[in-house]
Amino acid sequence: MQKLKLDEIKRKWKRKDLISLEQLDRSEIETILLIAKDFKKKLKQNEPIPSLMGHTAVALMVEPSTRTRVSFEIAAQKLEISFLSIDYKSSSIQKGESLKDTVKNLEALGIDYLIIRHPAAGSPYFLSKLLQISVINGGDGAHEHPTQGLLDLMTVEEHFGTVSGLNILIVGDILHSRVARSTFWALSKYGAKVRFVGPKTMLPVYFRDFGAEISYDLDQSLPDADCIVLLRIQHERQKTELFPSLNEYIASYGLTKQRLAKCKKDVLIMHPGPVERGVEIESELADSEKSAILRQVENGLAVRMAVYYLLSRNKAT
Amino acid sequence: MDNKKTGFHISSGRLIDPLSRRDEIGDLYVAGGKIVDPTDFPADFQWLRIDAQGLIIAPGLIDMHVHLREPGETRKETIRTGTLAAAAGGITTVVAMPNTIPPTDNPDTITWIRKKAEKEAVVKVYPTGCITEGRRGEKLSPFQSLVQAGAIALSDDGNCVQNSRMMYLAMEFASILNVPILDHCEDTALSNGGVMNEGYWSTLLGLPGWPSVAEEIMVSRDILLCEKTQARIHLQHLTTEGSVRLLREAKKRGIPISAEVCPHHIALTESALRDYDTRFKMNPPLRGQKDREALIEAIVDGTIEVIASDHAPHTVFEKEVEFEKAPFGVVGLETLLAVCLKELYFSKKMSLLDLFSRLTLGPSRVLGLPQPSLDYGSSADLILLDLGAEWTVEASQFLSKGRNTPFEGLSLKGKVVLTMVEGQIVWKMEGKDLVVK
Ligand SMILES: [Zn+2]
Repeated sequence: MQKLKLDEIKRKWKRKDLISLEQLDRSEIETILLIAKDFKKKLKQNEPIPSLMGHTAVALMVEPSTRTRVSFEIAAQKLEISFLSIDYKSSSIQKGESLKDTVKNLEALGIDYLIIRHPAAGSPYFLSKLLQISVINGGDGAHEHPTQGLLDLMTVEEHFGTVSGLNILIVGDILHSRVARSTFWALSKYGAKVRFVGPKTMLPVYFRDFGAEISYDLDQSLPDADCIVLLRIQHERQKTELFPSLNEYIASYGLTKQRLAKCKKDVLIMHPGPVERGVEIESELADSEKSAILRQVENGLAVRMAVYYLLSRNKAT
Repeated sequence: MDNKKTGFHISSGRLIDPLSRRDEIGDLYVAGGKIVDPTDFPADFQWLRIDAQGLIIAPGLIDMHVHLREPGETRKETIRTGTLAAAAGGITTVVAMPNTIPPTDNPDTITWIRKKAEKEAVVKVYPTGCITEGRRGEKLSPFQSLVQAGAIALSDDGNCVQNSRMMYLAMEFASILNVPILDHCEDTALSNGGVMNEGYWSTLLGLPGWPSVAEEIMVSRDILLCEKTQARIHLQHLTTEGSVRLLREAKKRGIPISAEVCPHHIALTESALRDYDTRFKMNPPLRGQKDREALIEAIVDGTIEVIASDHAPHTVFEKEVEFEKAPFGVVGLETLLAVCLKELYFSKKMSLLDLFSRLTLGPSRVLGLPQPSLDYGSSADLILLDLGAEWTVEASQFLSKGRNTPFEGLSLKGKVVLTMVEGQIVWKMEGKDLVVK
């Protein structure tokens, strides 16, 4: 592979923030992925990685998430970015301070990136308009989780070599899932055919207007699927009345060995984690060679490094 | 000025009087707070001439859905600032909604508002009383005492009485007193914390949806209860195509029900929320294009006889938050008329007479107030309007304390240049000297 001129790519990048994949065009997504793949290779081969020393990233986790925070933190470390995270429990928001005041204070302290995980959809938009620094959406309510969408796209592309024309199922509580939305935009912008599968209460018809197919029947959808993205059942977020019982949910939408038998031989199973074994997926399948779950995590690191890199403005190091 | 010896002679304006269906160039005389016949006055009576050439002379608007926020939330608005904003918008009568702090579920609060308005308001203020105590929907308020204290109507606006038996009883009592019930139609089990219309946009943006059916189910209920009780029911700020259809059918069957629509619901749709801008967050929410068209059609054909602003001021800091946390509501007093002109008159959907009818006659009939008119003997609540004046909405220029307008930056045509209440000039445009010396 030809050596990438990272600096040049970065100079062409126009956006200050990463908020939603819906609003990125395909070439922007390609740029992020190009750098992510390059970083992944460099990590593997122990090649030098550009340094962003002198930059500071703060993760403001208004909603708890260990996985996403750790991934952003390690990605920062690889690029020599100072990283700090603020938990909801210890944040001043808990003491009644407005989100605006909190982030304005952070900005005044001279940080360069704000990673925000927030239960309210749209909060990163709101912050991006208030702040000069880069805002990275680490998941906002039921809206988007763009780095997750990017890492899912990277994983699918890596596995199949191409994304165009693939049949992808995204299964579960689509209505409340930010992963579903970001992953949908990433894959569909790359030409995949995405079908959402879930119970009608968690899968409103409006998703059809996204350009997706929708189905309430997982069994019918399995045979032509190339890849199945299982969503976590978020008990804390999901209102229990959306399905009569967890057991009925599992019976209809849980991925089991019997169901896997209906799938193509080389079907790829993905899950944004954390996996609740025995619910969305039978435990054994999560560990099987069909599962890309750990590869997703690995790619997440590279994607987040690429995002830091592209959004970083040049700072003398 | 000695009112006994002087009056105004408003000359050569275009008189728009929906009651008499008059639309003609003419003069108007005002004395003693009323519109008068000048031949009844002695020759030496002093008429101050106001040159209205090129201007429209019309009855002042009645806005029957206004949140003045006083008592309790004077940081958002006061009776003073709210009525100044009304006057600037050409509104000479406002009906104040009951969700103040304390709420108007007792005669003392009604009396307090009326006294305060007597001292500080520049336009007429009519309070509404709560349907239920604390607007909690559990126990009826003392209707009779509220009406005796001056409540012109009953409403839990902001909330909707969920218990249908409670609403049924409320209608029965209200019908004895012959006051209208104004209902905010929302089945809260169905709207379920929704912050915008349920549909493509809420799905895309990941925001909790407030489905049309949550409004329509209460519209249906109210229609059925209205049919049974024959009480005067008025449906506030309707937003959906389905509500319009239900209302149209009910009216055909002669049910004494009326309804209103707000300018923002006929001017905007849910796609305005794309950037999560809290200035577009209101309850009921902005709906789709088909809903918008249905509302306009209903206004044009008279199925909906009232346009009201639902003026709901909030402070800037309250709106500068995460979308889901922001309070519902937009200001509207100062843009009501011009937005209606844009959407309904300049778009050639309605005549000025019909538009003014929805803004003056419609509400007066629902509320049982004297019908606004330019005829002799009518109260001189009127406006002069420069239909050609172009202006741009700038919240920073509002007289309202609220800056939360969804129309910021919008170019509009038609500006009120003078507002008169009972023959007194309560507002005139800066730098515009209309009185001929
Ligand atoms: Zn309301």
